Amino acid sequence: MFELSREGIEFVKKEMTRYETKRSAVIPCLFRVQKENGGWVSPESIAYLAQLMDVPERWVQEVATFYTMFNKQPVGKYHVQVCCNISCAMAGGREMTDKICQSLGVEEGAVSKDRRYTVSRVECLGSCGTAPMMQVNDDYYENLSADKAVKILRELE
Amino acid sequence: METKLLSQHYDKPEYVSLKGYLNLGGYEVLKRALKMEPKAIIDEVKASGLRGRGGAGFPTGTKWTFLPENGEPRYLLCNADEGEPGTFKDRIMLERAPHQLIEGMIISAFAVKSAKSYIYVRGEYQMCIRKLEKAIREAYDAGFLGKNILGSGFTHDMDVYSGAGAYICGEETGMISSLEGKKGQPKLKPPFPAVQGYLAKPTIVNNVETLAAVSLILRDGAAAYRKFGTEKSPGTKLFSVSGNVKKPGVYEVPLGYPLADLIQVECGGLDPGRRLKAVIPGGSSAPVLTAEEAMKATMDYECLQGMGTMLGSGAVIVIDDSNCMVDLLKVIMHFYHHESCGQCTPCREGTGWLHKIVHSIVSGEGRLQDVDLIPRVSRQMMGRTICALSDAAAMPAISFVEKFRDEFEFFVREGRSKVKGHLHA
Ligand SMILES: Cc1cc2nc3c(=O)[nH]c(=O)nc-3n(C[C@H](O)[C@H](O)[C@H](O)COP(=O)(O)O)c2cc1C
Ligand code: SF4
Ligand code: FES
Repeated sequence: MFELSREGIEFVKKEMTRYETKRSAVIPCLFRVQKENGGWVSPESIAYLAQLMDVPERWVQEVATFYTMFNKQPVGKYHVQVCCNISCAMAGGREMTDKICQSLGVEEGAVSKDRRYTVSRVECLGSCGTAPMMQVNDDYYENLSADKAVKILRELE
Repeated sequence: METKLLSQHYDKPEYVSLKGYLNLGGYEVLKRALKMEPKAIIDEVKASGLRGRGGAGFPTGTKWTFLPENGEPRYLLCNADEGEPGTFKDRIMLERAPHQLIEGMIISAFAVKSAKSYIYVRGEYQMCIRKLEKAIREAYDAGFLGKNILGSGFTHDMDVYSGAGAYICGEETGMISSLEGKKGQPKLKPPFPAVQGYLAKPTIVNNVETLAAVSLILRDGAAAYRKFGTEKSPGTKLFSVSGNVKKPGVYEVPLGYPLADLIQVECGGLDPGRRLKAVIPGGSSAPVLTAEEAMKATMDYECLQGMGTMLGSGAVIVIDDSNCMVDLLKVIMHFYHHESCGQCTPCREGTGWLHKIVHSIVSGEGRLQDVDLIPRVSRQMMGRTICALSDAAAMPAISFVEKFRDEFEFFVREGRSKVKGHLHA
């Protein structure tokens, strides 16, 4: 059964009064749930948040489905998101994604056997001048090459 | 040459903190502005001719006068969703000068008599969000935010809201829905947000760069601001330049600046041995220019409009002769198909079709009639949807086929790229 930590519950309580309406707190609170649930939002974690906030479950469901930053499937400890939009594609972002998957032995979108990595292709992340780039959890890595990216990913603790 | 009005201090790390910002003259404009009549501020912004930097280029002062005369509450929203492919200038501003934005926002809020503002930041910019939250706390502590700001009687609260990954939340009504905690689907206009926006209350939505420029205009005066740029496009603008140039980055130049100089002087030109093939001048929603057109273009709203494209968010994507235009159109169409919110049939179906057609060409399975199908499908998508995303997908598609038809036909005939040979789809 999923439950937020005590600090997590405190966070939700605060968010619920931070904005003009309680509903605005759904997105920030779902981020918190995702963080504490190992990087994804499960159906039961959605139901839990709805109950905790005392809002209709479909409010939370709607947000979880619409926004791409909410992972509806489990992800590895490091969620590696490689931009493959135009400027990054021109700088080899797509080939870099393939190389990362090969080197780490993981299929795109899947979780690696050791549960360390999930690699996905994403749209422009606002780093087009420092292409190619990837985002690993919250952090940006820019001006990459395939080798550099693989090295960075292998060395994450 | 670069003309650094907004970005003058971006190379100074201390500019991020309140202390550093104050030492470099920060919040002086706010002090003066709070002694003015709100109406006088709006008039100054109107006189400056400032046009919105988020993409549409709508005159900012005019937008502000669309608010009803009275009626509380009213909201100010800063659009920091920055999702237009190729654009990274707001991020630089948020990372290096959060107080510059905050000061511009307080002044703007005072002008439009708003007691509450939000900065809606795309969810991926977590670092910017943390910096903004810190800067807002500092501004509260210094008495620039909160009750009775600097003894003026004006009260204003500001907060940050994180998006969660959806390009469509950059569209102002989509952004408002998102801020309300819902899915970020755009709404039909009218009513415009200035009349019925956040929580159905009057709301002004402006881009990061627009709001930061407001304090610049009040600092120097509208006439001084107008010394830069052209009659119809006054001032300077931040351009995000990416793609095949030696020195990609954000450059501030006066509007009306020659695109050729931006590429060759500011960005150091192309790699040795490469030839310019095309330039997308305003983010991936802007129709592409051929090299020949690009060399004649100036970076202002009117010139680019005259060339059938647009300044958009000021994202310049430079494309050299090593690229396959069919392949790049596939990347662009994948994006719009992925980001269509699905409410309007022409957009939902059209972006799907376009992506499918270009994809099949790249897979070597295209037919000659597919090349004409691209502009035909695109034209069905224009001017008949709730928001401009549908047009934003259709317009570049038409331009790619019209201007680089030979590459599309070659691909269909030979089953491989004219430039790159076989591509993996
Ligand atoms: C699909 C779509 C995406 C948009 N994305 C952004 C964006 O990321 N940032 C932005 O400032 N404006 C964006 N806009 C424009 C906004 O709707 C709005 O016009 C703008 O924020 C107004 O601010 P301005 O007048 O200061 O430019 C987008 C528009 C559309 C149709
Ligand atoms: S045009 Fe496309 S993105 Fe805009 S509201 Fe309609 S379906 Fe959604
Ligand atoms: S295109 Fe990759 S970050 Fe913008």
